[in-house]
Amino acid sequence: MTAIAFAQPDAAILARRDAIVAGLAALVPSDVLITNPDECRAYETDAFTAYRRMPMAVLLPRSTQEVAAIMAFCQEQGVNVVARGAGTSLAGGAIPQEDAVVIGVSRLNRVLEFDRPNRTLKVEAGITNLAVSAAVAPDGFFYAPDPSSQLACTIAGNIAMNSGGAHCLKYGVTTNNVLGATVVLADGSIVELGGDAMDMPGLDLLGLIVGSEGQLGIVTEAILRVLPLAEGARPVLFGFDTSEDAGACVAAIIGAGIVPVAMEFMDKPAIEICEAFAKAGYPLDVGAMLIIEVEGSDDEIDFTLQKIVEIANGHGVKVIKQSRSATETAQIWKGRKSAFGATGRIADYLCMDGTIPTSQLPYVLKRMSEIVAGYGLRVANVFHAGDGNLHPLILFNANDPEELAKAEMAGADILTLCVEVGGCLTGEHGVGIEKRDLMPKQFTREELDQQMRVRAVFDPQWRLNPSKVFPLENRWMPQ
Amino acid sequence: MQTQFAPERLADSQMAESEKILRSCVHCGFCTATCPTYLLEGDELDSPRGRIYLIKDMLENDKPASADVVKHVDRCLSCLSCMTTCPSGVHYMHLVDHARAHIEKTYRRPLADRFIRAVLAAILPYPNRFRAALALGRLGQPLAPVLAKLPGGERLKSMLALVPQKLPRAPKPTQQNLAAAKKGRVALLAGCAQQVLDPEINAATTRLLNRLGIEIADTKDTGCCGALVHHMGKEHQGHVAAKRAIDAWWPEIEAGKLDAIIITASGCGTTIKDYGFMLRDDPDYAHKAKAVSELALDITQYLATLDLPKGEPREEVIAYHSACSMQHGQQIRDEPKNLLKTAGFTVKDVPEGHICCGSAGTYNILQPGFATRLRDRKVKNIERVAPDLIATGNIGCMTQIGTGTDIPIIHTIQVLDWAYGGPKPAALG
Ligand SMILES: Cc1cc2nc3c(=O)[nH]c(=O)nc-3n(C[C@H](O)[C@H](O)[C@H](O)COP(=O)(O)OP(=O)(O)OC[C@H]3O[C@@H](n4cnc5c(N)ncnc54)[C@H](O)[C@@H]3O)c2cc1C
Ligand code: SF4
Ligand code: SF4
Repeated sequence: MTAIAFAQPDAAILARRDAIVAGLAALVPSDVLITNPDECRAYETDAFTAYRRMPMAVLLPRSTQEVAAIMAFCQEQGVNVVARGAGTSLAGGAIPQEDAVVIGVSRLNRVLEFDRPNRTLKVEAGITNLAVSAAVAPDGFFYAPDPSSQLACTIAGNIAMNSGGAHCLKYGVTTNNVLGATVVLADGSIVELGGDAMDMPGLDLLGLIVGSEGQLGIVTEAILRVLPLAEGARPVLFGFDTSEDAGACVAAIIGAGIVPVAMEFMDKPAIEICEAFAKAGYPLDVGAMLIIEVEGSDDEIDFTLQKIVEIANGHGVKVIKQSRSATETAQIWKGRKSAFGATGRIADYLCMDGTIPTSQLPYVLKRMSEIVAGYGLRVANVFHAGDGNLHPLILFNANDPEELAKAEMAGADILTLCVEVGGCLTGEHGVGIEKRDLMPKQFTREELDQQMRVRAVFDPQWRLNPSKVFPLENRWMPQ
Repeated sequence: MQTQFAPERLADSQMAESEKILRSCVHCGFCTATCPTYLLEGDELDSPRGRIYLIKDMLENDKPASADVVKHVDRCLSCLSCMTTCPSGVHYMHLVDHARAHIEKTYRRPLADRFIRAVLAAILPYPNRFRAALALGRLGQPLAPVLAKLPGGERLKSMLALVPQKLPRAPKPTQQNLAAAKKGRVALLAGCAQQVLDPEINAATTRLLNRLGIEIADTKDTGCCGALVHHMGKEHQGHVAAKRAIDAWWPEIEAGKLDAIIITASGCGTTIKDYGFMLRDDPDYAHKAKAVSELALDITQYLATLDLPKGEPREEVIAYHSACSMQHGQQIRDEPKNLLKTAGFTVKDVPEGHICCGSAGTYNILQPGFATRLRDRKVKNIERVAPDLIATGNIGCMTQIGTGTDIPIIHTIQVLDWAYGGPKPAALG
């Protein structure tokens, strides 16, 4: 198949498969353990389906204690472990490997405690992102980071990937909204990091866990910061003739010091795809569109919008369309949040996730089209423009190996471009396997070694999600 | 998603269709979050994405169905919540239908399972047999605790639990007194189990339509629409039933005398609207089936075209339970609620309304464990809005939810008939 390699499965582990499975079976109730190959197959990939690896077994524990028992067993037996939430990673972060067991946290999905005065919510980490907001909505609160996949993805996955979303421009990403976590370490010990306030004393170990992609331990509980819902919010559609115009407008708005709650970009192909699915009233006769949402009281909204409209006028905006009702607002966001899935209606896609300084948007948009066209492919662009987080969707035919290879090369070129203009490889989807081999483009050898030294403190034997994030060669091992 | 079908296998039209469906799935996982069985189990194997993956593996590699694949496909309610959620337009219904037919062909179920399925397929679609079986069932009810201990007995017990205490006598739908000037002409699906369990539904439909000046064509008996057997993977039986229904309607359709085919059980509606697809490769029936599917309307869709007058506000608060076959299968959302509101009722949505009540055709008999958990969850959610009554458009949900709550549950059309001058539904005392 394709270009990204996995480590050779450890023959010693494979040889002991039966004993390992028997050991696990003795450890957990029978409906927690899946070993039949037919059934394990459903866990062989995540949303990065170009790559697939069968796990040795899948475990779906129901408590932190069960997770701890499994981890201790795996450590003792020298078995690799791949953590899994909802398997929506676009970077292949949750793809297993033959010599590993999957520990899925989807059953750990309860709300534990809502501390209303302190605006914190304690949950089990397998709860979905949207269920968190739903749990506090009746009290007028919400959980801010809102990945487009929020209906399905878990808080555990969000923490592991430090996920973001359309509304993170104002409220920050996962790391700014998680206060504490219960983590099961590689040896099965259970630790609580952070706490229930923004700044806990001592080393910020929680900060290490957020974004660690399942390499440092398994998160089973989390304490989240929830925020009061704004008085009102209004998304407005701004249509431009060209992507470059829209990109320049974004740069100017940010440059003027205005921070809308969300500023999302779609180019023509993306608008057409999303409009066909969501019927949100997106303008179809423009080259690119921004969805800009402002919130607050009506006066505040009007005031901020007026400033944005002035800037947009200066950048040749062609269409301005405000949402007039809650239903319209819902449709506008439904279209945006379904963008990737809706793209599946017309083609397979690789979703890239580079970040660039917003001032570089016009240039990078132009270069990206050239790069993808150079491989004879098409691209649809839909992304969080406000923080310069690009998501070009490279369209291709997954049943044509040559096209897949070209799509991957185009993707690598785009990410390299992001690094060249002063940005980085990943904004919110994580490194996983997808960007693993590009890490040396971003970091020097010494920088990578530093990171691996930290990793080794938690997992000296490289047992936790071992094929991800760091290139397979030159891995730093404790002496 | 990438697929690996050998080219010659795609010569088969059903296989080609399934391949197309699989290709459109991008494995994003959105659908897992709204799947009732995933909500209960938290296991991807009991989610749409997992099932799609299992089905893919089975069809792609031309494998006979294994016990494990069957287990997870059997647990699927065919509620089609996943289709509402899926942004990529994955036609899960056609895929799982194909999988069920493949299972039926390649897998030999354990004896008890085969037995109960054969019994259901032989009885439910036939009103006379069903009526007789229910009478027997009432005799058998005292035996339920004993039966439950036999192999497969859980299912017998759940079957008995669904048997109503008394069967309504079956009045022939009332005379057609076309009061107003004739405004339209429709066929009304008589259906199978519904006419036995609650003949008042079609009687109320007839009364209300007649009052509105709509004539009901006196067509031949269609028999069961085929949905029940179709969902059990009995493809051939399903097609036979579909053709019988089509034959019954065809003379009227051909003569251009029907404005619509009205269905009062949304489960049947989903299937009849799919006849065009089911019989697409049948040279004799393809065009007729397509015509039938195009004429098929749920009663609330049809009523919505008739501009019913606004009624005085009424005191009853109604929880509207949208059957899965209504909201997901046919994507009918607002019409029933708008009709009830126009008639003067206060209508409340049920929290988590997109999740199935567990009825799902024969599911509550074949998968009693899941069905009961879903029913209890549904009843809890309904009770949160404290309604005076529950309105819904599917007999299966009425029976299922009715076993879990004392709140009266009534077909939407009976409520509307009452509001527009018909008799008060018996369930309201
Ligand atoms: C259509 C679509 C849209 C998306 N939109 C966005 C978006 O707007 N913003 C965004 O940031 N992302 C987005 N994503 C990517 C993805 O949803 C996020 O990365 C998400 O956080 C993954 O969560 P998950 O529960 O699915 O985790 P998984 O995919 O199961 O796992 C992701 C990573 O987390 C690790 N992990 C899982 N559980 C644990 C645990 N308990 N402890 C430790 N590590 C764990 C895994 O090993 C893996 O490395 C999108 C994905 C899709 C398919
Ligand atoms: S939502 Fe649709 S595309 Fe996504 S996994 Fe489910 S079926 Fe596939
Ligand atoms: S039809 Fe319903 S039960 Fe079946 S996979 Fe889809 S959502 Fe789940």
